[in-house]
Amino acid sequence: MSGSPDQLKRSPDTGAAAPVAAPVAPRAQKEQPALRPHRPALPSFTTIGLKLVGLGPFLFLLLLWVVLSIESPYFFTTLNVTNLLQASSIVAVLAVGQFLIILTGAIDLSAGAVVALCTVIGAQLSHTLTHNGLVIVAIMLATGIAVGIVNATIIEPLRLASPFVVTLGTMSIASGAAFVISGGATVTGLPPLIDHIGSNSVAGIPAAALVVAGFAVVVAALTSRLRWGRWIYAIGGNREAAERVGIPARRVAMSVFVIGGFAAGLAGIIQAGLTDSGQGAASFTAELDAISAVVIGGASLQGGRGTLSGTLVGALILGTIHNGLNLLSVDTNWEPIVLGVVLLLALGTDFMRVRLESRLRLREARQLEVESDNAVPESGRSTVAA
Amino acid sequence: MSTPSELRKPATSAEPLLRVREAEKRFGAVVALDGVSLDLYRGEVLAVLGDNGAGKSTLMKCISGSQRLDGGAIELEGRPLSLRSPHDARRHGVETVYQDLALFDNLDVEANFFAGRELVAKRTLGWLNKKQMRRNALSVLERLEVSIPSLQTPVGLLSGGQRQAIAVVRAVNFASRIVILDEPTAALGVRETRNVLRLVKRLPEQGISVILVSHNLDQVAEVADRAVVIRRGRRIGEARPDAANHDHIVSMIVGAPSVAG
Repeated sequence: MSGSPDQLKRSPDTGAAAPVAAPVAPRAQKEQPALRPHRPALPSFTTIGLKLVGLGPFLFLLLLWVVLSIESPYFFTTLNVTNLLQASSIVAVLAVGQFLIILTGAIDLSAGAVVALCTVIGAQLSHTLTHNGLVIVAIMLATGIAVGIVNATIIEPLRLASPFVVTLGTMSIASGAAFVISGGATVTGLPPLIDHIGSNSVAGIPAAALVVAGFAVVVAALTSRLRWGRWIYAIGGNREAAERVGIPARRVAMSVFVIGGFAAGLAGIIQAGLTDSGQGAASFTAELDAISAVVIGGASLQGGRGTLSGTLVGALILGTIHNGLNLLSVDTNWEPIVLGVVLLLALGTDFMRVRLESRLRLREARQLEVESDNAVPESGRSTVAA
Repeated sequence: MSTPSELRKPATSAEPLLRVREAEKRFGAVVALDGVSLDLYRGEVLAVLGDNGAGKSTLMKCISGSQRLDGGAIELEGRPLSLRSPHDARRHGVETVYQDLALFDNLDVEANFFAGRELVAKRTLGWLNKKQMRRNALSVLERLEVSIPSLQTPVGLLSGGQRQAIAVVRAVNFASRIVILDEPTAALGVRETRNVLRLVKRLPEQGISVILVSHNLDQVAEVADRAVVIRRGRRIGEARPDAANHDHIVSMIVGAPSVAG
């Protein structure tokens, strides 16, 4: 393989593949061509497959909507769509918080119990402290944030126990506290502001859905525009490396639990407003629905992978299934079964993604080999025996 | 120990860029470094050779700031250097490419490149300056002639050689003085190895000195100007890594009496 120095040796096919880098500087003779799209961006089955898998949740939601609007004349009525959005909003808010936590590779089981705690505290204080809606809203949000801080400070600085176990503990405590504070009763009568948020509509759109949308937009902007957002993905992808490259991993990991707590507070406000009450059993196991929504939306429980839009779609899928089964008058006992199947389907597509990605990696390596073959080997001191 | 002492030093600079003097490091009863000295000159590729457990990695960890010396000193450009963390070393222009690369498979090339050092707008909460980062990353990849599909590709979808190249380029981009490479081709195939070595060879042109830790004599012969051999925490000798010295270097590494001069 002797190199002819004045000519780039490349096989015709790859040569044609890089027309951009065509003007060859003389010094390029011994080197590979510089950075360029080193193959035409020809979509293959693998890349198309990966795109489809990525779009999976969206396509599934569309499919559900198409099927339901065929099966039920009520599905696409204003009233039903409003109901659907309303009913999905609590899980959606929780899912946004859970999404950030799951991105870092952690999990928050306490969210649902915190929602209940917030409703109870809000309802109680509406009677004993003030009927000022803004104050109650602030207190409920603060309650959620406080539990988030507790979760974060137990999990992170010590890093002795897994988030799973720690939040299992705080879930139990929050849930118990909600029942103790309310005396096991349903406390009714919240300020009008909270009732509006929970059950009124603005221009045909439920206020709760607007709250969800606002929260999601802010979170989306922060995660995609701020360094902090990248760091969340980074510590979920490789915590050790994150610490080594100087990312304040601990602080970032704590911050998502605080936001998760805020989300629980927000969900508490919606929940309390929806029923004009606070009770210990409110949003029971809602955190599991939120986690399901995140996973159905394509995020990985290992952390580092997933999109916020996917998570919202996941929440809508859950809401649509609930709504659709109601419309089709299916026995409600079937609902958990359907949800379980959908969750497992989501895992199946994730498995497909892993397979497709490894195929892509292989192709990348082969591509590189082709290029190396075409590069002229340097006359080296490679005569030294091993 | 026999040392064909004082080999050719790069003529350009008399004073070493980095000088390690009598470095000592103990882990309990185990002496990992037992008075190792080392000079690194500007614009050279210095190989550090040694068998498993010879103390190469410990020495590199001390230079890159992830471990502290128990005795001895490190000087950078004649000034004593006290390193308490990798961050300290990085601030002085010393970058390390770890064996496991410290990459984020889930992030794209550009994000990996700037991980922990993102360019952000001033007086904000860390608003990313994506345009600037993209431009910067592209120009470095181009300068070092690294071939990747696109900056938006998640690193997890790249081949081993490309990943290695990304890690090396990242270090080079932020290193103003020294890049430490710990077994940079350990996990690579023949061709990918060749690509990475080509990259390493180009670093002195960029004004960067390289410390290359390796097992592989062929590789060292290909890219290094000098080779220092360490055995059992001691510096055994130094040689120009070429075919003529091959047997001599091997004997220094394994501790057998030297056959060839």
